[in-house]
Amino acid sequence: MNYKDRNKKYNEYVKQKIPKTRSWPTLFNAFWVGGVICMIGQGIGDGIRAIWPDLSGSMVSAYISIILIFIASLLTGIGVYDRIGAFAGAGSIVPITGFSNSITSPAMDYKNEGIIFGLCVKMFSIAGPVIVIGVLASAVVGLIYLFI
Amino acid sequence: MIKEAKNQTIVFKNKPRIIGNYSIAGPKEGKGPFGEMFDYVMKDDFFGEKTYEKAERKMLEHAIFGATDKALLRPDNIDMLICGDLLNQIITSSYAARAFDVSYLGIFSACSAMALSIGIGASMVNAGYFKNVACATSSHFSTAERQFRFPLELGNQRPPTSQWTCTGSGCTVLSLGGQGPYIDSVTFGKAMDYGVCDVNNMGAAMAPAAMETMISVFKDTKTKPEDYDLILTGDLGKLGAEILLDLMEERGYKLGKNYCDCGQMIFYHDQNVLMGGSGCGCSATIFNSYVVERLKTGQLKKVLYIATGALLSTTACQQGESIPGIAHALVVKASPPFEERTVTKKEKQQFAENIKKQLKKYNVEGE
Repeated sequence: MNYKDRNKKYNEYVKQKIPKTRSWPTLFNAFWVGGVICMIGQGIGDGIRAIWPDLSGSMVSAYISIILIFIASLLTGIGVYDRIGAFAGAGSIVPITGFSNSITSPAMDYKNEGIIFGLCVKMFSIAGPVIVIGVLASAVVGLIYLFI
Repeated sequence: MIKEAKNQTIVFKNKPRIIGNYSIAGPKEGKGPFGEMFDYVMKDDFFGEKTYEKAERKMLEHAIFGATDKALLRPDNIDMLICGDLLNQIITSSYAARAFDVSYLGIFSACSAMALSIGIGASMVNAGYFKNVACATSSHFSTAERQFRFPLELGNQRPPTSQWTCTGSGCTVLSLGGQGPYIDSVTFGKAMDYGVCDVNNMGAAMAPAAMETMISVFKDTKTKPEDYDLILTGDLGKLGAEILLDLMEERGYKLGKNYCDCGQMIFYHDQNVLMGGSGCGCSATIFNSYVVERLKTGQLKKVLYIATGALLSTTACQQGESIPGIAHALVVKASPPFEERTVTKKEKQQFAENIKKQLKKYNVEGE
């Protein structure tokens, strides 16, 4: 029997059997949750500006990131963020809060394997690729900027 | 002796009997349709331990103790312990085996470990090499999730084909003589690979193996699907079970209402488990609670239990390999005298508390 043909046929059959993700409701949820997170960030920024009007714009955005990262880590720690993520999908992954969650969650899981080899090593198992590609992309963009 | 084996199937002449059975499940499984039937339902996933791995180990020890106690044996009276689980280097089984002063056989067969361990155990008992053999498996959602997928608290969405690894452990004690249901035959399956590469679609990877083993059982024992009161597959889940029905029909076998899948049954639909349950614990807990109890009371007479497993490795999958599936089948028959009544919930609870105390004592003595 030709295994390749059999496997191809079976995989095609499985493909049409698989239930499809309903795009519109998931997209909608991702859109509004992501939007709400960004609105919270904007709100924090406006609050900071109201309290300290002399702060520069870049300082304000740094503070916004720090506060959002902290909130997301806290929510991960108390077991809320994974529920938001299950509901919103990309809506809660794409903002900086998702990045915070992707570092905090492995750290929590692997802390019982020791500080160095558990926590520190495994901490970037999810976020690692994001950092690598982010750094690489910034280098490429920088090079392009240099020549034009 | 050699004539007893027909192709893949061994028919046991000496009737290895199930003299003890015990099931322990997690809180989520406890809220499912079978919650009332499990011998013990844990209040939380940690089971009084610091890590999930330790919790799983304790769960397995609890199940083995419970089954031996139900069989009216002491743990020292067990001659052999056959265990399997899902974690790397089957650590749950091996570490739990330290608590027992008996020969230990660690097996890995992914989620089909329950049927394989009973199959090996029944062969040993039937041949007369060992008198009492304990066969146990366990799986834990949190440990499996961590090893095979993502960290627990990561906020990602599960694909629609994914399954929920059951937290649970089951143990069966087999023996020659005594009363109760017996293992009529075992069919050891072949590793089947139909080229499914999707780690989140294990039902599709396992269904061909289940089909192959099921057809072998029907051919080797000259039976038809209608001859069984219940045909139970391990953890194919909703999608896998549908695929299996299609595959079987293609081969000319029509599975009727007597066919069920543990993965599909163990949770309610609204428990947010997508395709259903998976893991060793899924079929092990249902087999050791519902199936064996019904066989004892004679409500079920002949059961075909096919535990399925996806022999999945994250390393191999990341290298682009497909997932082989495996399925082992047991035919279990009831035999008179039947028990008149089933154990009540309160009695189960008392029994479980008693086991907990014993386990504590035993562990301290063992150190």
